[in-house]
Amino acid sequence: MLEDVVRFTFNVDGEDFSSAGAASVQVKKHLRQMGFSPEIIRRVAIAMYEGEINMVIHADGGVATVEVTDDSIVMILEDKGPGIPDVALAMQEGFSTAKENIRSLGFGAGMGLPNMKKYSDSMKIETEVGKGTTIIMTVNV
Amino acid sequence: MKDLQSIADSLGLTPLCGDLGKEVTGCYAGDLLSWVMSHAQYGDVWVTIMSNINVVAVASLTECACVIMAEGVMPDSEVLKVAKEKDITLFSDPRSTYELCCLVGKQLSENE
Repeated sequence: MLEDVVRFTFNVDGEDFSSAGAASVQVKKHLRQMGFSPEIIRRVAIAMYEGEINMVIHADGGVATVEVTDDSIVMILEDKGPGIPDVALAMQEGFSTAKENIRSLGFGAGMGLPNMKKYSDSMKIETEVGKGTTIIMTVNV
Repeated sequence: MKDLQSIADSLGLTPLCGDLGKEVTGCYAGDLLSWVMSHAQYGDVWVTIMSNINVVAVASLTECACVIMAEGVMPDSEVLKVAKEKDITLFSDPRSTYELCCLVGKQLSENE
């Protein structure tokens, strides 16, 4: 039993595309140590990784916080990027505004947000153009 | 299920890094990392023509058994270094993704 909330915070470096994924790998390690099932860990890792990559590609980085309780794992991804002008469009599989150099790395397939929604039990997007985006994803345990 | 050592032996593959004591349960081909993230499974041989550092992160998160870089694609020294740290088994091979998947598939089905 977890006493309260276990919280992990990561700075996602927007300059460094090569370290993208570092936070997800750390979270995965922590969750494994805490004894969560492989399927829960897999879902959290995928959702978190996609969110992390999005922050690097679109928002010059940000802060990722993961809150773990007995009932849920909540991922809060905050950035001060350009915001998402049309969330419904951004949620469509295959839609992407990523540039060619990002695509050549194997990203920009328009799968990021759809994957984040698919692998979490709930996802909330708060975004304002020119201000930034906060995405809250919950995986129920 | 088959062990990675026997698959590597039968395909004539030598690892660039990582160990061969892993179990292989399937095979997955893909270059779009988001797609691979959501579809590759634990224990898969992942065949790709991508070789950048993010391949290592995806391999680590999906816990695939190994990555085979097809068509002679080679990772650079930084990618190799990180792959070693994360205990990811990497191969590079001149054959195409299709050829490699066929060969892995044959090995896996022979075992059934």
